[in-house]
Amino acid sequence: MIRSFYFILEKEFKQMMRSKGLVRMLIMMPVIQLLILPMAANYSIKNISLAVVDNDHSEYSRTMIHKITSSGYFKLTSFCKNSKDAFNEIENDRADLILEIPHDFEKNLVRENSQKLSVQINAIEGVKAGLSGGYLANIIADFNSDIKTHWIQSQGPDEAAIVSVAPINWYNRYMNYYLFIIPGILVTLITGIGMLQTSFNMVKEKEIGTIEQINVTPVKKQAFILGKMVPYFVLSALVFVIGQIVSYLFYNIHSAGSYLTVFVGMCAFLFSLQGFGLLLSTYAESQQQAMSLGFFFMNILNMMSGLYTSIDSMPMWAKVMTGSFPLSHFIRVMRMVMLKGSSISEVGDHLLIMVGLGIVFNTWAVLHYHKRS
Amino acid sequence: METVIYTKKLTKRFGNFIAANELSFEVSKGEIFGFLGANGAGKTTAMRMLCGLLMPSSGEANVAGFDVYTETEKIKQNIGYMSQKFSLYEDLTVAENIRFYAGIYGLSFAEIKMKTDELLTKLDMRSEAKKLVSQLPLGWKQKLAFSVSLVHDPKIVFLDEPTGGVDPVTRRQFWDLIYYAAGKGVTVFVTTHYMDEAEYCDRVSIMVDGVISALDSPGNLKKQMNAPDMEDVFYQLARKAKRSE
Repeated sequence: MIRSFYFILEKEFKQMMRSKGLVRMLIMMPVIQLLILPMAANYSIKNISLAVVDNDHSEYSRTMIHKITSSGYFKLTSFCKNSKDAFNEIENDRADLILEIPHDFEKNLVRENSQKLSVQINAIEGVKAGLSGGYLANIIADFNSDIKTHWIQSQGPDEAAIVSVAPINWYNRYMNYYLFIIPGILVTLITGIGMLQTSFNMVKEKEIGTIEQINVTPVKKQAFILGKMVPYFVLSALVFVIGQIVSYLFYNIHSAGSYLTVFVGMCAFLFSLQGFGLLLSTYAESQQQAMSLGFFFMNILNMMSGLYTSIDSMPMWAKVMTGSFPLSHFIRVMRMVMLKGSSISEVGDHLLIMVGLGIVFNTWAVLHYHKRS
Repeated sequence: METVIYTKKLTKRFGNFIAANELSFEVSKGEIFGFLGANGAGKTTAMRMLCGLLMPSSGEANVAGFDVYTETEKIKQNIGYMSQKFSLYEDLTVAENIRFYAGIYGLSFAEIKMKTDELLTKLDMRSEAKKLVSQLPLGWKQKLAFSVSLVHDPKIVFLDEPTGGVDPVTRRQFWDLIYYAAGKGVTVFVTTHYMDEAEYCDRVSIMVDGVISALDSPGNLKKQMNAPDMEDVFYQLARKAKRSE
């Protein structure tokens, strides 16, 4: 058993080192994903095109517009005469947002101490719409308190005290988007290798027919399967380490908690992930089938992993679904350890679940792999 | 003569389809046993059952003294197999392929080195040892695959259409290797579509529609059926086939 395992391992490493995509996978993938993706796929929204309909043309309206445009989030793309023109801008995709300032804006504000503004948002891109509306509301509220302060100074104390909330963001104080997304990207990075490559490697033997030859030898299926898994485990771990180095060098992201915990988490993750890849390979007959199956699961699981959206706000069935796959657990572990500095016992639940899933997937795969049909 | 393969009413069904129907035959040690039949006649099915790759539906079979139902792992230690599909790793070199298969059959490092030397000399492939198998011509690959299937000195070697797509000269060389192995006491169980190769066998069985319809030496078969050559013997029998592929 151990002897044949050694020879399988030797062969697998030789084949892996000879595969053409290796360098690409090892160097290019972490660099490209980590350098390009976070810059482009960013939740901090900038350059929101704003169309303004200023019916008032007062000092206050100008001050407010100035305040909005100088915030850096908005760029004033057009000044429209009326709301119909402005809506045209949205229709033609030249504006994301319309701010309409009514007649007598200044007059009402000063005299009646209240005024309504109309904001229309292009909601084709939901996240962007929500965020840009929020930004605008914040700026206007800020403007509001500015003028109040101004009046308080000139007219004496106001009856209502100004209450302001100053939130402190723990663990990611400046809400640095990179700090949030990069540990997640690192996880998806090795998901591709750990799951897809493991299953391709297995199915390849079926496809070229060498598996028949292996099956007529006395090799134990456990030795064969393990021999196929180890090289891609090593490769995934290497990509992971390179990814950590890249994120340290380029984003200055370093783990708040112990790297050992991160590494233990990675081992548990790869164990379960490779088990899943293996399981897919026992059901697929060709690499093409394995690829379709693999991408089918990868897409769903990536979307639901908590990388982009919060798992806590998902419906129950979705929580169960994403919880029964290792991806969401490892993303959680990564964020907890790297951002919060959680210790191994604090992420223990997630580690245990991943190991448990690994045992299920691997056992299932080994049972489903038959040397004799 | 020692019997190394023994089957009695060995049958394989896939649903309602009977791929191999009550096969009964014996093969002796050192014999070259030809297994003939049209495509879909059930040759590969029978061979896969004997190698422990396919579970029989019913009947008995013994290979190298071991039962095909319960002792497949012991059978595997004693047989070599060369499948229809090419079975070496194209992204490994000639020497690496030999090393891998020898290794998983449990040969020691010293034995592996010796076997590699012996095999490369016999095949006259010394200068190709470090070449990737993908760079070899098909005929060479097949000869190498055959030699690799013998690397652990099995008692029996199963060859499933080993010379498909190979030129006549290489085919002749391939059969020299088969004779050489049989001369050393290895039993050769071979399927083929080439009737000239059937003439080289000690005995042949001809399968039609999952049943063995003839089994004897090529000489006797020709005599019985009053045929000038094996080609004619095969035609006379295979024409009766009812099921198509």
